[in-house]
Amino acid sequence: MSKRSVADLKIGERATIQSFDNQLMSLKLLEMGCLPGAEICLSGKAPLGDPICLNVSGYCLAMRKSEAATIFVD
Amino acid sequence: MSSPVIALVGNPNAGKSSLFNQLTGLRQKTGNFPGVTVDKKSGTWAIDSRTVTTVVDLPGVYSIYPKSLDEQLVTDILANPAHPDYPDVAIVVVDASNLHRNLLLFTQVADLGVPVILALNMLDVARKQAKEVNAVRLAMRLGVPVVRINARTGEGLDQLKKAVLGQLHEPVRQGKLFFDPAEEATELIADTKAQYRLENNYLALQYIIQHDGFTFLDRQQQIGLDAIIDKYQFSEPTFQAGETITRYKRIATVVAETVTDQRPANQSTWTQKLDRILLHPIWGYAIFGFVLLLIFQAIFAWAQPFMDAIDAGVAWLNGQLKESLPAGPLTDLLTDGILAGVGGILVFIPQIAFLFLLVALLEESGYMSRVMVIMDRIMRKFGLNGRSVVPLISGVACAVPAIMATRSIGTRRDRLITILVTPLMSCSARLPIYTILIALVVPSRRVLGLFNLQGLALMGLYLLGLFSALLAAYALKLVLRSKERSFFIMELPTFKLPRWNHVGLTVWESVRSFVWEAGRVILAISIILWVLASYGPGDSMQQAENQTRRQNPTLATDALENLVASERLEASYAGHFGHFIEPVIRPLGYDWKIGIALISSFAAREVFVGTMATIYSIGTGDDEGVTIRERLLQERNPETGGPMYTPALAWSLLIFYVFAMMCMSTLAATQRETKSWKWPMVQLVYMMALAYVTAFATYQFMK
Repeated sequence: MSKRSVADLKIGERATIQSFDNQLMSLKLLEMGCLPGAEICLSGKAPLGDPICLNVSGYCLAMRKSEAATIFVD
Repeated sequence: MSSPVIALVGNPNAGKSSLFNQLTGLRQKTGNFPGVTVDKKSGTWAIDSRTVTTVVDLPGVYSIYPKSLDEQLVTDILANPAHPDYPDVAIVVVDASNLHRNLLLFTQVADLGVPVILALNMLDVARKQAKEVNAVRLAMRLGVPVVRINARTGEGLDQLKKAVLGQLHEPVRQGKLFFDPAEEATELIADTKAQYRLENNYLALQYIIQHDGFTFLDRQQQIGLDAIIDKYQFSEPTFQAGETITRYKRIATVVAETVTDQRPANQSTWTQKLDRILLHPIWGYAIFGFVLLLIFQAIFAWAQPFMDAIDAGVAWLNGQLKESLPAGPLTDLLTDGILAGVGGILVFIPQIAFLFLLVALLEESGYMSRVMVIMDRIMRKFGLNGRSVVPLISGVACAVPAIMATRSIGTRRDRLITILVTPLMSCSARLPIYTILIALVVPSRRVLGLFNLQGLALMGLYLLGLFSALLAAYALKLVLRSKERSFFIMELPTFKLPRWNHVGLTVWESVRSFVWEAGRVILAISIILWVLASYGPGDSMQQAENQTRRQNPTLATDALENLVASERLEASYAGHFGHFIEPVIRPLGYDWKIGIALISSFAAREVFVGTMATIYSIGTGDDEGVTIRERLLQERNPETGGPMYTPALAWSLLIFYVFAMMCMSTLAATQRETKSWKWPMVQLVYMMALAYVTAFATYQFMK
């Protein structure tokens, strides 16, 4: 089974961050609090389904699906 | 001794700017940082009778690894003790309701060796979320002064004063680095420190990782650092990722010891409830559409009375001056040249103020970031970014502040494309041209019982501007290749009530920069134009006048004076210029008079209408009651004998002005923002070519 990424989550679904597949993107995401082991929740999607909104450590983070796809979750 | 520098550092939305306004009040000014064009907000703060400090508000950042041009500046200052804005004390403002993420930046700034004070802000927000922060324990744990403040109400400023004075007189630096890179890269750090005479391990790491962006390092030093990286086979991204993770781990233990969090899980805040509506597939766009409508309404309808008042005021002053001053070239220069030019700038202030008032309100409340989210997908198709929305909307008022607003776009290519297409949005300077020409050729008639035909024509021109901006962006996306990956990662702030003083300052700043930036150019051009229209080679103008008077002895005084003025103008330098370029603009349907207006409006479009007024009435002095519109309707085409301003000509001019790059201030802004002459030239050439071709097609098709 292929790895699941944040882009595959459904609205309201929670998951724990495992790893990243893009090094440069991961630097940006790490600083924004998307850390391995952190729990995230997909809180919403923009009207066209992209970008998506995540709840990470108590605040809301918007990112594109292509960026979310670089975050693997368990 | 110069006054000590206090820098405010912090995450976006942490309350930095509120604190800045509290500390400096009205004693603040905006400028540019030396060598860079990022806005610099600074002000004076008198701590006590002997200590007057300079407070500098740095752009909001999440870490000292910059993501955009704005953010680059923060590291450039904090890593360079020789920088004039290098702080004697850095106040790091943190959002106590989100301490975990905010402390990342704090620990980095402290590790750089800058004397720091941690200002705990938004404790009230944290309390509402059932979080309590123990400031004393935090101070002991971090080894630096911690002050509880409320930047909105000004609570805690006395303690902040004491802490700053303490840091100024006896600096306390944290004992041990929060993250010491030498633990893992011992030799690399030691080598760098020795070669560049550095004391601080973390600063040495920044030299290694960020040397390409540091403006204070010369080429030689940068190459030297590349050599060190090669020598130790150092992988910057891996190390940086490790650093961030290690920092967050340590911060987690600090937070666990100092914050009690009794928040019930899954609590839905009213921000989340609002977001469900604002990001809704249907309601989200409907609300944004309504907001846009409101903005347009404000610019066009609400601003009108103010604009009329300014217009009338300038006209009144002009009349007063003409009456009271002795007639002569100096008075003419003052009234027809300078005052007419200045009036042309002042009249746009209401529109610009209204637009930026609304944009500031939307940004302050937190709504603008939702707009960026719902627009990102659409904008991306055109090579733009969700963050391009603000510049494009602002472009409706004036491209100069709009182009400056592109700085928050992190990807270089997205930013460049936004800069290049923003001037296609119809700015308020095009409006007078649009209204005069539309009034000339479009009948004022209701269609479908609801819309005014002239209003529809105006809206059509604005939409044409918008669509051409999107298409141009798409074309540029295909042309400009980039290895850099476009990204869009943004924190959605919680909804807040706007801070009115903040909104007021933003409006004041944009109006000031418009008047100053655009005004200087327009004023200069007005004077030059007046001189060119008032003087000619040798005594050619006098000759033309004498000849006209001889040939038309029977003409009524008024008609004769008009004819004389027109003949004099044709003989002036401006007339010569107009004739010179006539062959080029003939295919578009324009004659030499329009040619003069085109050339003069090359500096700034708003000069066009003034020039037309000058061309058709200069010297008559008595043109009361005759508006430009009526004057243009009277104008005859010398070749056909019919009206000069046919629909074909008017539409050709309209289309020309939709596309033409006619604004020196915008080109200057593009040059400053891209730091190269290449891009303003690209902008000039592609927009002028577009204008020429479309105007040509329009005229030939409608003729």
